[in-house]
This record gives sequence, structure tokens and C-alpha cells, in this order.
Amino acid sequence: MTRNDSPRDDSRASVELSEMTLQSQDTDIATATPTREQTDRIRTTEAKSQGRLIRERFFRHKGALAGIALLALIFLLAFTSIGFAGIPGWWNKDYDVLADRFNEGRPTLTLWPFSLGEHPFGQDVLGRDYFALTMRGTQTSLIIAFIVGLVAMVIGTTVGAIAGYFRGWTEAFLMRITDVVITIPTVVIAAAVAGIVAKHGIIPFALFLGAVTWTGLARLVRGEFLSLREKEFVESAKSVGASSARIIFRHILPNTVGVIIVSTTLAISSAILLETALSYLGLGVTAPDTSLGKAINDNRSALTVRPWLFLWPGAFIIGIALAVNFIGDGLRDAFDPKQTRVKQ
Amino acid sequence: MFYFIAKRSVISFFIMLAATTLMYFLTISSGDPFEDLGETNGPEKAATIAARTEAMNLDVPPIPRYFLWLQDVGHCLVPGGISCTLGQDRTGAAVLPQLENAMGSTLRLVVVATVLALILGVVVGIVTAIRQYSVFDYSVTFLSFLLFSLPLFWLSTLLKQYMAIDLNTWLANPQFSYLTIALIGVIAGVVWAVVVGGDRRRRLMVFGVAAVATALALYLLLVTGWFTKPGFGLLGMLVSAAGVAVLWTALLAGFRRRRVLHAALAAAAVSFIGYLVSIPLLENPNWFIVLALVVVTAVVAYLVAGVVGGPFRAQAAKIGAVIAVSVGLLIVVDRLLQAYPTLSAKAGGRPIPTTGSQSANLAGTFWEINLDFALHLILPTIALTLISFATYTRYTRASQLDVMNQDYIRTARAKGLSERTVLVKHAFRNAMIPITTLMAFDFAGVLGGAVITEQVFGWNGMGKMFVDGIDHVDPGPVMAFFLVVGTAAVLFNMLADIAYAFLDPRITLS
Repeated sequence: MTRNDSPRDDSRASVELSEMTLQSQDTDIATATPTREQTDRIRTTEAKSQGRLIRERFFRHKGALAGIALLALIFLLAFTSIGFAGIPGWWNKDYDVLADRFNEGRPTLTLWPFSLGEHPFGQDVLGRDYFALTMRGTQTSLIIAFIVGLVAMVIGTTVGAIAGYFRGWTEAFLMRITDVVITIPTVVIAAAVAGIVAKHGIIPFALFLGAVTWTGLARLVRGEFLSLREKEFVESAKSVGASSARIIFRHILPNTVGVIIVSTTLAISSAILLETALSYLGLGVTAPDTSLGKAINDNRSALTVRPWLFLWPGAFIIGIALAVNFIGDGLRDAFDPKQTRVKQ
Repeated sequence: MFYFIAKRSVISFFIMLAATTLMYFLTISSGDPFEDLGETNGPEKAATIAARTEAMNLDVPPIPRYFLWLQDVGHCLVPGGISCTLGQDRTGAAVLPQLENAMGSTLRLVVVATVLALILGVVVGIVTAIRQYSVFDYSVTFLSFLLFSLPLFWLSTLLKQYMAIDLNTWLANPQFSYLTIALIGVIAGVVWAVVVGGDRRRRLMVFGVAAVATALALYLLLVTGWFTKPGFGLLGMLVSAAGVAVLWTALLAGFRRRRVLHAALAAAAVSFIGYLVSIPLLENPNWFIVLALVVVTAVVAYLVAGVVGGPFRAQAAKIGAVIAVSVGLLIVVDRLLQAYPTLSAKAGGRPIPTTGSQSANLAGTFWEINLDFALHLILPTIALTLISFATYTRYTRASQLDVMNQDYIRTARAKGLSERTVLVKHAFRNAMIPITTLMAFDFAGVLGGAVITEQVFGWNGMGKMFVDGIDHVDPGPVMAFFLVVGTAAVLFNMLADIAYAFLDPRITLS
């Protein structure tokens, strides 16, 4: 709020101000022109930047690390085994090749001594290799979940940011739209939408699912914006003539990254469950594509005689969702340490 | 307050209007209503097409068609007008009677699941918060993450396939080996020791007592054939009533005030006497009689406990009423259990059903019919409850921890209040405020989840109506389902806001 020479300097000063108020929580240092000693003090606080503190907290969270390891493993297994987009993988069977059933299609995977055997996850009723089929389903489900998360993040952040920053009739309009979409339970609106787009392939299906699941994030981001826009650093940025876009992107948005990342992670885990549930209802992924939910739906009558057809895709759904949930929990603790610091 | 409700109602009305528009156009554009006729030929096809066009107003363009549907809904809002049908489905049948049929079973499922998940989730959440960073806390945290990650349909199918069949087989001949009994005792002991915590000596003691008590109780239940002929019996009811009285007193008042404990025991006695008196009435009652009996007992217990409570009249009277209602609940459970042997025989010895929401053409007493409902509810309720339970536990834990870190809790401890008073009166009440909002959201979510559960368990509820409607591109049933779900969501959100203002005086409604 002190130096007022040229517009360019102003904005830089305000950026500095905002960072200092956030990191050092020491307004004296932030507002006064720093003397040499004070600059040293600032350096010592800046030595551990916000990002570094977050990273350190995140890597202390054992559950989150286990989640990352598990998710990476599933990713690697799904994409290297049967290959992706024309690139061949190390597994020699294809998911759509019919073959004779070997030993009633039982899984040949043995853990001790470890051996994959001919068909590690067994074969389905038509004799297709179930390992390849499950991997293919995992790929589809992962792709859908990440696209849904991404779309929901973009729409939710945009709507929430605009509503929270501009207030007035813009906010009223956007939030009423959010209310309308939130009134319809996710499964219900997704089921109605899925019927329209699912037959056009998985990408449009994923885009549309993202377009109906952004509401929670929009509300959270709006809430953050409502409180942040009243903060001093926003006021100072305004007073030196920064544009709305600059304030939103440079000053407020970086402070809401925590909320956005955490909610997006959780949106991805619920997208996995949503996609599989819709595919199970027959409203999601359709042939020739396959997904984990569709694999379970195709084999639901086989549970009594061939339980592995049911258990393997289920195990992968749980694995992915569990890993993502743990990562989300770790991120939440890292960005918002308030909840873990509490001790009696 | 009145202004707030009026304003919110008007806004909610327009939100619902917009949501129905969205839903209607999504439904009618989700496919081709004649798709299933694609393969058939001949005169029937033309006749079906004509009938459907007539029933679904397909000869009218989409936008006027929406207004026709809106008009049908309007007939239900205007009293004394043209009869209310909520439109027609594709066969030309009115939707409203179908909705009424379907709603009962679905609401039963959703309400039971929500209430159970709420109670269990809040209790476990509070305990994990109090015993933060204990083994129990970590186990529950992991369990809730696992439950969060479980696909509902997958869990439901597994429950149906394995649990129901094994449970039925076991119930036909309820026996355990001594080893199994001992094992169950040890598991119960470990769970209790982990929940209660404390130093090693205390944990060992809790473990021993809980393990022996559980094994002994299980042994006695098996020997006396309780699982083939369950129920509390007179003595069991007396002990349970006393236990309920002690439990509520411990929770709500503590034992320092003897008069309150005496009042609670008096209320339990009143309830027990009420039970004895009403035995002939309870042979084959209806819900009205049951409810009236509970209310009368509660009023009498309120008065008696108030008199016995002496100087602590207000507190004692309230606890008395709570005890009477709890014992009333126990009596209902007891009577339902007593109906089990005859119902099990009627079900051919396989009492846990895996499909449907009720047995077809079941003739029996009030208790048999309701036990039949309850047994049908078991599996879907477990599935739905487990999923919401995870949410409630996590949120309650977070909220309770948040409150426990507040200054007023430290003040309460510093001025020497007992830990019970601090936890129940100062922390718990405030921790519950955010849970009201969660409940509003969760109820709508569970209604959505019921779509999947009903599909797995073959219920003829609203979920099936919805899925079939989407399959047939038939907006009538879909919109009827949505009207119920959407109204519930809007209404619960409004109630949550009002409850918020009551619970937290800093918030004013405007």
C-alpha cells in the first residue's frame, strides 16, 4: 500500500504483499519497506515456501503415499499389459478374441510360487481372456474418471470463481443454476444424460458426466472466493488498479488451489463409482467398449458358478477408488493442516 | 422466520420448475420411444405406435408437450379440480397410483437406512474423535475409506449372494462349535478393549470381561434355542428397561445426582408396567395403537419421573420421557422377534429374503407383516447404511475435533466440569450443527442410491420406475420419480437451514 510509482511496480508490489501476508502472517514486515535485517528474516521464512510445507506434509502422510503407489501400479499394469492406442503391451492375449475354455475358465494365477499361467484372471463365458478384458475395462474407467474430474474442476472453478468474485446478479444467476442441477441426484441426472451420449463413445460420455458433477466444487470455490475477496491483499490490488481478471487469476485463485485439488481428487473417486454404477444399470459404457462396471454387469448372472468374473473387476474398482481417496485425504491434510494439528 | 420460509418456498418452487424442465427434455431426448418395436412387424406394431403416440402425446411438439405434463402436475396442486394423475405412462395408465405403490417401499428403505447410518455414524464418529490417534481411530478411518470406495451394486450383490444364503442356512440349524464361540468372544473382547482404551491393565481387564461376557451370552442364547424362538421374555424386558434407564442417566445426567437416577429407574418401572398392561392390546394392533401407547407411557413417565426427581424436576422428567420412548422401541422389537417362528415357518425355513420388498399374499398378524417388511429390508439396508455410515463417521469426527479445539471447551474443562458434561453438553451439541446440513444432502443421495439397490434386490420401488422409464424413454414415470426426489431435496435443504438457525443462535434467517 506504500509504493505508488508506476502501475507495473504496483501490481508486483501487491503480489509481494499478498504472498507475505499469507506466509509470514506478520503484517509489519509485509507493509513496511523491508530493512536489511527484516529481509533476512523474510528469507528465513521464505526458505520453507508454502509449496514446500505442503509437499512435506503430504509426504509424511503414509496413507497417501500408499495410495500413490497403488494407483501408479494399477496405471502401469493397465496401460503396459495390453497396450494402449495401437501400441502393443507385454501381454500376449487380446480381450476380444474368443478361445476354448481352459479348466472351466478358472483363474490360473498362483501367488506361491508366483506364476501368471495361461489366463491369470480366468476366462469369461465366451472364453475371452479375463485379464486382458479387466485391463481394458480399467483403462476405460480410469480415462473416464480423470476426464470427469478435469471437466468438473474446470466448470466448477469457473462458475464458483465468477459467482464469488462478481457477486450481484451474476452470482444469483449462476448459483440458481447450480441449485437446479444439485436438486437432481447425480445418479438420476447422469442416467438421463448417459442415455443420450453413451452410444457415441466414452469421451463424450465422460465429458457429459463432468458437466453434471461440477456443482459441489462450484459451491466450495464460491465460498472461498467470498471470504478471500474481502482480504486486504485483494483490496490493495484493487487500489492500485489491477484488473478483475488479474485479481482472480493472480491473487485469489492461487489461494484456493487446495480446495480445488482436494475436491477434484474426491470427484475422481466418485466418478469411478458413478461410471461403474451407470454401466451396471446398462446406462453407461456400451459395446464394443468395455469398462469395469460393464464387465460386472455382463457377468452378473455368473456369480454363483464363476465368482472370479465378478470379483476381479470389483477389486480393481475398489483399488482405484481407495487409492484416490487416500491421496485426497493426504492432500487435504497437506493443504489444510487444521484438522491434523488438533491434539487434546 | 415466516418471511424466510415464504421466500425460500418461492425460490424453491422456481428451482424445481427449472429442474423439471431440464429433466423432462433430457428424458425425452435420451432415445427413441419406439425402439423396442424395431424388430416386430404387422398390424400390432401400428396399433402399439398409435396407442403410445396417444398416451405420451407424441403428436405434440416437445415444448407444448412439456406444458401438457406441467398441466397434469398443476391438477394435483389445485384442490378440487380435475382428478390428479401426474400424467400417463406409455401404456396409457395413470402414473399417480403407480407412484403411490412404489413410494412406500422405497421410503421405508431410505428412511431406515438414513436413520441407522446417522445413529451409528455419529456414535462412532464421536468415539473416534475422543480417542483420536488410537488403534480404534485408525481402524475406523481405514474402514470408512474402504466403504467410500465400495461400489454399491457390487456390495449389494455380494451381500445377496453370500450373506443371505449362509445366514439362512445357519438359521435353519443355529449351532456354533465351542471354538467358534470362543473366537467370537475374543474378537468382541479385542473390539471393546480397543474402543475403551486406557493403560494396559485397563485394556486387559476390559478385554477379559467383554470376551467372557460375550461368549457366555452367546452360549446361553444357543443353548436356550433363542435363535429359533427369539424375544426378550418378561425377565429380559425388565433387565433391558433398567439397563436403558442407567444408560440414559449416565449419558444425560451422570450419577452424581441420585434423585435423577431414582427418577430414571421409576420411569423404567412405569414403562415396564405399561408393557404388562398392554400385552392383550399388543396381540394384533395397528400403528396407531402402538404410537398411542408409547405417547401415553411417555407422558406418565414424564410426570412420575418429575415427581421423583424432586429438586431436579425438569431434568428428571425429560430423561423419564426419553426412557419411556426407548423402552417402547424395545417392546416393538420384542414383539417383532416373537413373530419370527411363525413367519419363518411360512417362509419355508429360509427367513432372509433376497428379492422383493415384501412377501406376496402374506396373511398374518400386524407383527408378522411388519417383521416380513423388516426381514426384506435387512440386506438392502445393510448395503445403503454402510455407504452413508462412512460419510457420517468422517464428518462427525471432523466436526467434533473442530469443536474440541475451541476455547469454550478449554474453559469448560478449566472450571472443573466433569468430562461427561464437557463432551455431551458443550462439545456434542455444537458438533452436531454441521451434521444437519450433511443429513439434508445425504437423504437425497441415498434416494439416488436406492435406484441401484432396488435394481439389485429386485424391488418394485420408485428406483425401478425410474430405470424402466429411462429405458422406455417414457417421461411420465421418470418425472414422477423426480418430483418426489427433487421435492425431498429442496425441502430437506430448507429444513436444514431452519434447523441451523435454531441450533446456532448466531445465525439469523432473513
